[in-house]
Amino acid sequence: MRLALREMRRRPGRFVTAMVLLTLIAMLLMLLGGLLDGLIQRATGAIIAQRGDLVVFSSTAEKSLPRSRITPELRDQVANVDGVARVHGLGVTQLAARVPGNGPRDLADVALFGYQLPPRGVPSPPAEGEVFADRSLESDGVERGDVLQLGPARSKVKVVGFVDDTSYSGAGSLWAAPATWRTVQNANRPASAVGPGVFQALVVETAAGADTGSVARAIDRATDDATETVSVTAAADSIGGVRAQRSTFNQIIGVTLVIAAVVVALFFALLTVERIGMYGMLKAIGARSRTLFGGVVAQATIVALVAAAVGSIFAFVLDRALPPGSIPYQLQPSRLVSSSVALVLAAIVGSAFSLRRVLRVDPAAAIGRSS
Amino acid sequence: MNEATSAALQMRAVRKVYPTGDDEVVALDHATLEIASDEMVALVGPSGSGKTTLCSIAGGILSPTEGTVVVAGHDISGFSPGELTDFRREHVGFVFQSVNLVPFLTARENLLVVDEIGARTGAPARARADQLLEELGLSTRAKQLPSEMSGGQRQRVAIGRALMNEPELVLFDEPTSALDTELGAQVMELIRSEMKSRGTAAIVVTHDTRITRFTDRTLRIVDGVLQTPDAEPAPAVS
Repeated sequence: MRLALREMRRRPGRFVTAMVLLTLIAMLLMLLGGLLDGLIQRATGAIIAQRGDLVVFSSTAEKSLPRSRITPELRDQVANVDGVARVHGLGVTQLAARVPGNGPRDLADVALFGYQLPPRGVPSPPAEGEVFADRSLESDGVERGDVLQLGPARSKVKVVGFVDDTSYSGAGSLWAAPATWRTVQNANRPASAVGPGVFQALVVETAAGADTGSVARAIDRATDDATETVSVTAAADSIGGVRAQRSTFNQIIGVTLVIAAVVVALFFALLTVERIGMYGMLKAIGARSRTLFGGVVAQATIVALVAAAVGSIFAFVLDRALPPGSIPYQLQPSRLVSSSVALVLAAIVGSAFSLRRVLRVDPAAAIGRSS
Repeated sequence: MNEATSAALQMRAVRKVYPTGDDEVVALDHATLEIASDEMVALVGPSGSGKTTLCSIAGGILSPTEGTVVVAGHDISGFSPGELTDFRREHVGFVFQSVNLVPFLTARENLLVVDEIGARTGAPARARADQLLEELGLSTRAKQLPSEMSGGQRQRVAIGRALMNEPELVLFDEPTSALDTELGAQVMELIRSEMKSRGTAAIVVTHDTRITRFTDRTLRIVDGVLQTPDAEPAPAVS
C-alpha cells in the first residue's frame, strides 16, 4: 500500500493520463446529474414544493392536473375521511404570456397556479389579479411590477414578487389566488371552464401519525373510486416526460460509468504489465499477491477520488456561472456524493481486471533472468 | 545464526519435472546436498543446467516434484504457495541479477520494502536499514534513487535488502554479471565478509568461475544433475 502511494507521489506523470481522462468523465457525470436534476426540477418543482402529503385527482384524469376536476361535493367527501387533517384546492392553466417590453411574438411559457396551501417558498395567495412569479421567468424579461397578458384572452396579472424552484412541466409558474386562476382559465379555455369552488386537484395534509398509504386508499374508497389519490412524489413523477427523462439520463450516466471502469481497467492493465518484473521480484522476496493488488486498487481509488473532487468543483463553478432560467442545471449535494461514490466504485471494478494478471506473476521469473 | 550447528539447507533426492505436452522435462534430478549454516557455496553450470531451478527450490520459490527440502530447520517441501511466500519473507534473502530494486524508491526505502510487505515493525526496521546502509558504505546514498547510483552501489543496496529480514540463507543470482572484474571482485569481497560476519549461509549462482575463489565450495550442475564436488569435500552429504 505504502509502496503504491509512494509510486503516485514519486511518479505522478504515470497517472496523469488516467487522472485527466477520469476527471473529464467525472465532469461529464456531474453535468449529466445536474442536468437531470435541473430538468426534473423544472418539470416537477411546483408539485415537489407542495407541503401536503397526498394529491387527489379525479379518477378519469390519469393523474394529469389539466384533465382533472374536483367538485366541492367531492372535496367534502375527501375532507371527511379519517386521517385527513386538511384539504386544499389546486389548479393550473398553461398559457403563453406577453411580457411588457418583449416583442409581440416573444412569448413566455407560464403555468398559472391557483392555490390555497402555500407551497414551500411561496407566500399566502396574493390579492386577486396579482401573482408571484417563478424566478426562472426573469430570463424571459419578467420584472416585479410587470403586468403580464396571459393567453389569447390577454388576461392581465400583475407580478408582485418572485419565488424559487417552482417550475411546472418546463414552464415558469405564476402563483395566484384561486379566483384569479378561475377567471384566467375560463377566459382562455372556455371549453373547459371551471365553476365556483371547483379545483383540478386537492392537496391533502394527513393527520399526525396517520399512514399516508392507507389514508390514500381510504379517500378513494370514500369517493367510490371517483378519485385517484397518490403521494406528492408520485404526482410529480406522473407529469409528462419526467419518467422518460429520468430513465434516459440514468442510462447515459450508466454508460458513462462503464466507460470510466473501462478506462481504469485499460490503464491499470498497462501499468500492471509494465510492473511484471517488479512484482515478480517483490513476490520472490515475500510480498503476497493480496498486498500488491491492494496497491493497484488503492491507486485506482485515489485517481477516482481526485477526479471526483475536480468534477465536484467544476459542478460548483458551473452552478455559480449559469444564470437562473438558462440551462436547466441544478446542483444537489446528494448528486455530487452519489456520482463520486459511483465513480470510485467504477474505478475499483475497473482495477479488478488487473487482479488475474497480478495473481499470475510468477516469483520464479525473478531468478535466472538477465537484464 | 541461532542454529549454528545445524545446516542452513538440506535437500534430499529433490526432483523437479516440468510437463511439456505429453512429454516431461527433468530440470533437476535427485539433487542431494547440504549447506552448513555459515557456508558459502558457488553453484556453477551452463545455462539450462538446472542451477536456477535448484536455487529457486532452495529459496522456496518453487516446490519440488519429489524429495525433501529443509531450510533452516523448516521442512518446506509440502508448503503451499502462500506458506512459501511467508517463509521467503521471513527466512530467505535474495539478490537478483536484473530487476532488483524498486526504481522509484530510495536506497533506504528499498531496504524498508522488506518491512512493508510483511508485518510492519517500523522503528526497529528503520534502525536496521540505517545500520545496514552504514555497514555497506551507503550512508551518504540513503536518499538516492537507484537511477542515481552506480551498478556496484545498486548491488550493495540489493545485498542490504537481502539482509533486512536476518535470513538464514541468502541466494545470489549472478550478483556480479553486470559489473566489471574489479567491481565484481569488490562486491564478492563484500558479500563474503557480510555472510561470514553474520554466519549466514549463501548460495551464489554464477557462470563466472572467477567467483568461485570467494566461496567455500563449488557445486557443479549439468543437465539437472549435481556433479561430485571437486573443490573441498562436502560435509555430510547423505
